[in-house]
Amino acid sequence: MSGPNTDYDPVEVTPLKAEEVEAARDAALAAITAAADLAELKQVRIDHTGDRSPLALANREIGALPPQARKEAGQRIGQARGAVAKELGERQTVLEAEHEERMLVEETVDVTLPTDRVPAGARHPLTTGAELIADIFVAMGWEVAEGPVIEAEWLNFDALNLGPDHPARTMQDTFWTDPGTDHLVLRTHTSPVQARTMLSRTPPIYVVCPGRVFRTDEYDATHSPVFHQVEGLAIDEGITMAHLKGTLDHFATQMFGDGITTRFRPSYFPFTEPSAEVDLVCFVCRGVGEHDGAPCRTCRGEGWIEWGGCGVVNPRVLAACGVDAERYTGFAFGMGIDRTLMFRHGIEDLRELFEGDVRFTTAFGTEL
Amino acid sequence: MKAPVSWIREYVDLPAGVTTDELAARLTALGLKLEAIERPGDQITGPLVVGKVLTMEPEPQKNGKTINWCTVDVGAANGTGEPQGIVCGAHNFKPGDLVVTVLPGGVLPGNFEISARKTYGHVSAGMICSARELGLGEDHDGIIVLSEGAGAPGDSAFPLLGLDDEVIEFEINPDRAYALSLRGVAREAALAYGAPYRDPAERRLPEPNAGGYPVEIDDPAGCPVFVARLVTGFDPAAPSPDWMVRRITQAGMRPISLAVDVTNYVMLEIGRPIHGYDADRLQGPIRVRRAREGERMTTLDGAERTLSVEDLVVTDDSGIIGLGGVMGGETTEMSDTTTNILVEAAHWDATSMFRTGRRHKITSEAGKRNERGVDPVVTQAAADRVVELLTTYGGGTADPGVTVVGLPPEQPTITISYDLPARVTGMPIDAATTVANLEAVGCVLEKGDTTLTATTPPWRPDLTDPFDLVEEVARIVGYDQVPSVLPREATGRGLTREQRLRRRVGRTLAGAGCVEVISFPFVGDATFDALGLPADDELRHTVRLANPLSSEEPAYTTTLLPGLLKAAARNVGRGAPGVALFETGTVAFPADRGPAPIYGVDWRPSDDELAKLFEAIPDQPLHLAVVLAGERERGGWWGEGRDAGWADAVGLVRRLAAELGVETDVAAAQRMPWHPGRCAQVRLAGPGDGLAIGYAGELHPKVCQAFGLPPRSAALEIDLDALMRHARDVTPGPDFSAYPVAKEDVALVVDTEVTSADVESALREGAGDLLEAVRLFDVYTGEQLGAGKKSLAFALRFRAADRTLTEEETAAARDAAVALAAQRTGAVQRA
Ligand SMILES: [Zn+2]
Repeated sequence: MSGPNTDYDPVEVTPLKAEEVEAARDAALAAITAAADLAELKQVRIDHTGDRSPLALANREIGALPPQARKEAGQRIGQARGAVAKELGERQTVLEAEHEERMLVEETVDVTLPTDRVPAGARHPLTTGAELIADIFVAMGWEVAEGPVIEAEWLNFDALNLGPDHPARTMQDTFWTDPGTDHLVLRTHTSPVQARTMLSRTPPIYVVCPGRVFRTDEYDATHSPVFHQVEGLAIDEGITMAHLKGTLDHFATQMFGDGITTRFRPSYFPFTEPSAEVDLVCFVCRGVGEHDGAPCRTCRGEGWIEWGGCGVVNPRVLAACGVDAERYTGFAFGMGIDRTLMFRHGIEDLRELFEGDVRFTTAFGTEL
Repeated sequence: MKAPVSWIREYVDLPAGVTTDELAARLTALGLKLEAIERPGDQITGPLVVGKVLTMEPEPQKNGKTINWCTVDVGAANGTGEPQGIVCGAHNFKPGDLVVTVLPGGVLPGNFEISARKTYGHVSAGMICSARELGLGEDHDGIIVLSEGAGAPGDSAFPLLGLDDEVIEFEINPDRAYALSLRGVAREAALAYGAPYRDPAERRLPEPNAGGYPVEIDDPAGCPVFVARLVTGFDPAAPSPDWMVRRITQAGMRPISLAVDVTNYVMLEIGRPIHGYDADRLQGPIRVRRAREGERMTTLDGAERTLSVEDLVVTDDSGIIGLGGVMGGETTEMSDTTTNILVEAAHWDATSMFRTGRRHKITSEAGKRNERGVDPVVTQAAADRVVELLTTYGGGTADPGVTVVGLPPEQPTITISYDLPARVTGMPIDAATTVANLEAVGCVLEKGDTTLTATTPPWRPDLTDPFDLVEEVARIVGYDQVPSVLPREATGRGLTREQRLRRRVGRTLAGAGCVEVISFPFVGDATFDALGLPADDELRHTVRLANPLSSEEPAYTTTLLPGLLKAAARNVGRGAPGVALFETGTVAFPADRGPAPIYGVDWRPSDDELAKLFEAIPDQPLHLAVVLAGERERGGWWGEGRDAGWADAVGLVRRLAAELGVETDVAAAQRMPWHPGRCAQVRLAGPGDGLAIGYAGELHPKVCQAFGLPPRSAALEIDLDALMRHARDVTPGPDFSAYPVAKEDVALVVDTEVTSADVESALREGAGDLLEAVRLFDVYTGEQLGAGKKSLAFALRFRAADRTLTEEETAAARDAAVALAAQRTGAVQRA
């Protein structure tokens, strides 16, 4: 404050004694040390450095001193005020640090509280499973082909060498649209996509066809009238069954882990000749047939699991689809995605996949 | 096909020590897939012996039953040689009969331990067994009575009953019909071990002559060979021999009577179905022809059938007496008084058999073989074998007349180059192996320099193409020998744009807390009714199924909502407080563009023909639907939870569109199943030109009720194909200003009917280029505003690309925005 001091009579002013200045300084320092928190320190600052504080008053008295005394008094008071200011600053820093620490402690929360305000979403394992399979083949340079589920009879059967009298064409196996004279079916496999690919492209062809298929099966723990298949087709010069075996071994290993390969058994499919059933080394018992000292439940002790069908594309199919059978050979395979996932994830009941119970689906997250 | 191992061994000399498991594994590797191995004796231990009934005394009981107190001679099997006292409840035997007796200490299937026990006032020391008690079938009409001389008292009954035999059940693929007989299975077993084989169909046959029963074939394509043999003086009461009964039972068929058992036995043995007529009921010559449309007959199962011109029938002077190769007729059926039997062994056209069986819904063991193709050469051998067995066990006389009409068709030939098997399989198969293996399966080869020509064996009608021969060669070499080689590196183009976008859609929705569902795409009127769709709604125009799973849901769905709504209700019913489900899937709309053509298969249809084919296929767009029911945000220590509502549904569409970079807008719409006041039509904006792609909002209360969902459940369904078609392929890098933002809030009072979107777009347009963003942050209605009014509060953000805006510039832009809003929507700025 620079206003005139009206509180004292300069005449009555007594020159400051050294011991009084020291006493005021010591009192200030003691108060600073005693200040327990920032609020107390603030009061100390007012009391001991404010306009009415002894040191401030003493400072003002300097002007009233005789000139020869001013210098010494000024020095003495200045040192005292400096010491107080320094101590105040230091104490301020200490108390601020203490305050901050205390605040952080006081703001402690129970970090174990639930945080699930918005429930997590998930993608269906059949979707992410089909993507996983697609990715395995795309990494080999294959492409993913798709087609409609309501399909022309010719593409679903005739073009694939399932002739007019093939038993699979009856209403006992296949869903037909009404009237049947429209020659449309709910596709019974994704093979018509293979036919479409051959009809629309020239070899080399390397495609996988995942998708939904339909058969008039019972609905139980292991069968469903609506299920999902992935089929593969390779058409190129010099393709053999050995390439089929190599591709399926690679697929199996990528899907189920190292050491899980396939075996072929002779079988019959109109689409392929020679044809084979594909078995997979049981990934639970790793082909031993026993697990935890008991016959393996997954493979029923056989060490192998039936996985799908495959074979060399029948030249009749190549002819119907406009592929030069003299120049090209091909292989094809197909397996259930549903079934594959049931093995891979130990799903006991196929119906879980179609119930839509979120407890089932959320377990799989957004990728398999 | 069930094949007893002892029967297989009758025709093939398998190496000693070959176990049934090994045999089954080898045959599986050849293509006859093991289904199961039956070991009927496995569950029986202890003394099971032949007993001779010495005495039986019927003793009526208080409970109305009569038991027989029997003494049975079991030889020395009981250790004493004394007759064994046994109580028996059955009555189908008499003193002197040989029966099967289990003595105390024995164990029967089901872990049934036999001990001497007190019952009906006697100590019964053992049991006289029925077939069912021994696990030999369901026959519980009485105890097993062995034929006279079957064995001596005390002999083990195991071999007599086939209990020491094992039966392999195979799954037979349609191309291996020859393996539906022991003749065929044994041939494969011989192939598996390179063992000597005796063909049971190879026998000395009597010369055909004119003295047999007269037969005429009008349709040699349908019935190329017809053999007729007559047995006279047959004893209809003669029992079938034990071994025949045993084998028929082991093969899974039921023994019936000697005459029927013999025909079934020969069918199992040789593979050729046989029909027997009561010769005394035949009138005049037999004639085989196609039926006339609408002709009727009664088959021996008692069913009256109306025939088609494709059916092959056997007739005599009385009319139709059989549906050729499929089922005989009632009028000439053999009975328990038949003494003269006419044996028919005919070769039938397989396709015709299949069609007739399907048309009349008849499945039988005979039909199964005839429709897959039977060896046409063994017809006479089969008939001769039947005659032999009938006369041997039924006491009849073989008539010297032998009728054989027609000739087996010529066997086709197939020419392949020697290296074809190697080229197709990738196995190192040399010419010698190819030759040896083809000869092993019965082909007769004509060997050229680079090619061979194979005449296929008559029991293999499946061998028609070069690759069929490759399979024969390869399966004998062994499929386990196929090397594992990856094809050359393909050069694919990766996932398609649409495939990548679909993944993005799924991830976006899952990221927004939605759970994906896959449901069955079938729908019916009841569901459309529950959705509140009007009678003429386009969604009711469906692709209908001829043979739906359920008559309630006879159509392929046009909307994904039903499946989702049901799944949501299921979750809520199972205690979920809230559920957010989504599904992407195709729906179908009838093309109504005529039937899909059926083309030939010998060459590729032309592009025009293919276009016509594709044209006929129903439109199947990919849809996306979401259902949000109940709690959307959970309550907790942070505060109250929040239920899903219309805004969540609309918000998801917007979020998805933004993710795909598609400009969309929404407009109020009325569309079932949504709440008429809370439904938004979603439209493509910008380049999409206003195309409506779906709806989002709160569901109609009646729909929530109908599906058992909480009130105010919300849903959306859009045509995902349409959305994805407009997805932005390449996002340009955004260019934004580094200058400070200037913010202005305005509150505008408008009539209630004015939409916020209209006010916002007026503000946006009026504010001009300096506007960076506009966001509605409050909607207020209240008394101060007066009825029919609402206040919309917008936060405007202004920013220039090249300078800091002055207060004057910002204010001017704001005023221009408000002015245009006022002009367009009648908005008045609140003080
Ligand atoms: Zn296992």
